[in-house]
Amino acid sequence: MASSGAKKVKSKEKPGKSPAVLPTLTPSERVDLLRKMVLIRRFEQKAAQAFMQAKIKGFCHLYIGQEALAVGSISTLNRTDAVITAYRDHGHALARGMTSRECMAELFGKITGCSRGKGGSMHFFNKEKHFHGGHGIVGGQTPLAAGIAFAQKYNGTGEVTVCYLGDGAVNQGAFHESLNLAALWKLPVIYVIENNEYAMGTHQSRSSAGYPLVKRADGYDMAGITANGNDVDDVREKMWDAVQLARTESLPSLVEVKTYRYRGHSMSDPGNYRTKEEIAERKKESEPISLFKERLFKEKALTEKQYEEIEKEAVAEAEDSIAFAESSPEPEVATVFEDIFAPEDQIAEFRPPIGS
Amino acid sequence: MAVLTMREALNQALSEEMERDERVILMGEEVAEYQGAYKVSSGLLQKFGAKRVLDTPISESGFSGLGVGAAMQGLRPVVEFMTWSFSMVAYDQIVNNAGAIRYMSGGQYSIPIVFRGSSGAGLQVGATHSHTPENWYANVPALTVITPAFPDDAKGLLKSAIRSNNPVCFIENEKLYGFKDEVPEGDILTTIGKARVRREGSQVTLIANSASTHVALASALQLEADGISAEVIDLRTIKPLDIPAILGSVAKTNRVVIVEENKPFAGWGAQVAFEIQNRSFDDLDAPIERVTGLDVPQPYARVLEQAVMPSADRVTEAAKKTLA
Ligand SMILES: Cc1ncc(C[n+]2csc(CCOP(=O)(O)OP(=O)(O)O)c2C)c(N)n1
Ligand SMILES: [Mg+2]
Repeated sequence: MASSGAKKVKSKEKPGKSPAVLPTLTPSERVDLLRKMVLIRRFEQKAAQAFMQAKIKGFCHLYIGQEALAVGSISTLNRTDAVITAYRDHGHALARGMTSRECMAELFGKITGCSRGKGGSMHFFNKEKHFHGGHGIVGGQTPLAAGIAFAQKYNGTGEVTVCYLGDGAVNQGAFHESLNLAALWKLPVIYVIENNEYAMGTHQSRSSAGYPLVKRADGYDMAGITANGNDVDDVREKMWDAVQLARTESLPSLVEVKTYRYRGHSMSDPGNYRTKEEIAERKKESEPISLFKERLFKEKALTEKQYEEIEKEAVAEAEDSIAFAESSPEPEVATVFEDIFAPEDQIAEFRPPIGS
Repeated sequence: MAVLTMREALNQALSEEMERDERVILMGEEVAEYQGAYKVSSGLLQKFGAKRVLDTPISESGFSGLGVGAAMQGLRPVVEFMTWSFSMVAYDQIVNNAGAIRYMSGGQYSIPIVFRGSSGAGLQVGATHSHTPENWYANVPALTVITPAFPDDAKGLLKSAIRSNNPVCFIENEKLYGFKDEVPEGDILTTIGKARVRREGSQVTLIANSASTHVALASALQLEADGISAEVIDLRTIKPLDIPAILGSVAKTNRVVIVEENKPFAGWGAQVAFEIQNRSFDDLDAPIERVTGLDVPQPYARVLEQAVMPSADRVTEAAKKTLA
């Protein structure tokens, strides 16, 4: 489904930047991708348990089933490239190298969390890791991504921005405005539609006109690329084209990645709009972790025993993150007034009284 | 009388009005097949069909504006925001179209639309999802803003809102959906713009709306235990404000505490305080107190969010201050 633009990728390399062709990973680097996917899966399962025990509150959207998408796409980026996403953000945060501890602690609302307990599940941030949120309003992150890419281009850093959004989010005006701006101003941004077929209880066929969704790139004359989100290698390959286009030519792309979520929309969703059979079917035909694991077995990059080890480590890390979150202190109540204004401006002195 | 939850009372109002008037339609995210994110629209698709109960894409600006256009053309849309926090995406449509077209067309159009949905903080959903937006809309001259606290008012006011020929922002509070109380059967039409005394008292008036009414009532019990008699007024409608009801109570108690979940700056409580001091200055025996959501974006962590929310303890303390 790659439309015209994607083929425009040229093989010119900026000094000190990434190579023009997708680097072949060593077997151990490939195993690392799997390790990350398994970690996300186990982290999310622990988070689900903690939610059931009311240790995590509010809304909690799990990434289970979509792991190959975040891991594969983020693996094509440099450390200083920017990542931004919506509220289903745990997977991207972990894929971006944020620690399980800071993520779980945020879910527990602890001061050690990546947003100091102020953001919660939907609002993870880690500026140092170039992870610019965790955004709760559907589509709200899409203009921000254009702005981050604008600044990257302005500063001439050669960095790029990857912005994730759902198949439901494509119908927000802000997204269309962002696509136009990105194309018009040639911004180094990649919009990745994580098409998991559902927006809450609404199947994509009931929310969007004009399929496939990647066609929306055509209207803005930008590259449109499609990838299989259950296959981490395919995601890497297709994302690489988009990343190169952004990095070497400062051109945006729209990448539609087909995926599927195995759990409810959030922990509060009973999921009555689809059958258990549908989910089972999808798991059977295209479960991303098994798919990749089997491939690594075939490549002799991984043994059964090593895989068990990976599983054990992932569970241990997820459990450690729970223990860390649990034993971390609650935020001091006084912190409620911190982080509102830039401290340099000392605005607090001029604030109105706040009721009693 | 039947005992209904707030959610059931709202559902009844929608159902009765749709039954009564074919021009009434309901649209919003997940209102039809999913039966509503908070189940307020449960069963309506089955009763009225997909022509009148419509699942929209996640396009708040689009479907809100579409609703206004349909109202200009004679329909009476009820547009549900899954939560009012998401109405910010549609703010322009509500303010500049729903809020101005009658006036700027020299009165040629009626905009009989109801925007409704859940709102409020306290459930640890963070800054983007916890807005209590009645002030934002009350600031728009032509909008009616309704914030019910009890199931009977929810039903009666929603029915009146649907029959109103003005654009109405009907702001429910998520914390109240499961709250149960008696609701009269049939066609109750509660007058828009009238406050209701939910508890009589003589020493201090607690003025509240929506979920804050329940905070005020809890505080009144605390005050009673300490020998203080508090009157609780539920405004029910923020705009228009029932100023006579407020002044009547102040004349009796001479002391006022305003309780509101929203942020303080230019909140409706500031307007109420202005009206009281301007019209009943001599009735006041103490400065008016306000208990509001703290002036910070809503935090996620429970300890922080609890500190931000108005609480019975904070109201009781403020009431005692007026009596000190
Ligand atoms: C502006 C806005 N409207 C509605 C919502 C409520 N909401 C949260 S997620 C969601 C569905 C989004 O689906 P999609 O974009 O496909 O992403 P997915 O959840 O599948 O990752 C809705 C309606 C919101 N958060 N923001
Ligand atoms: Mg989706």
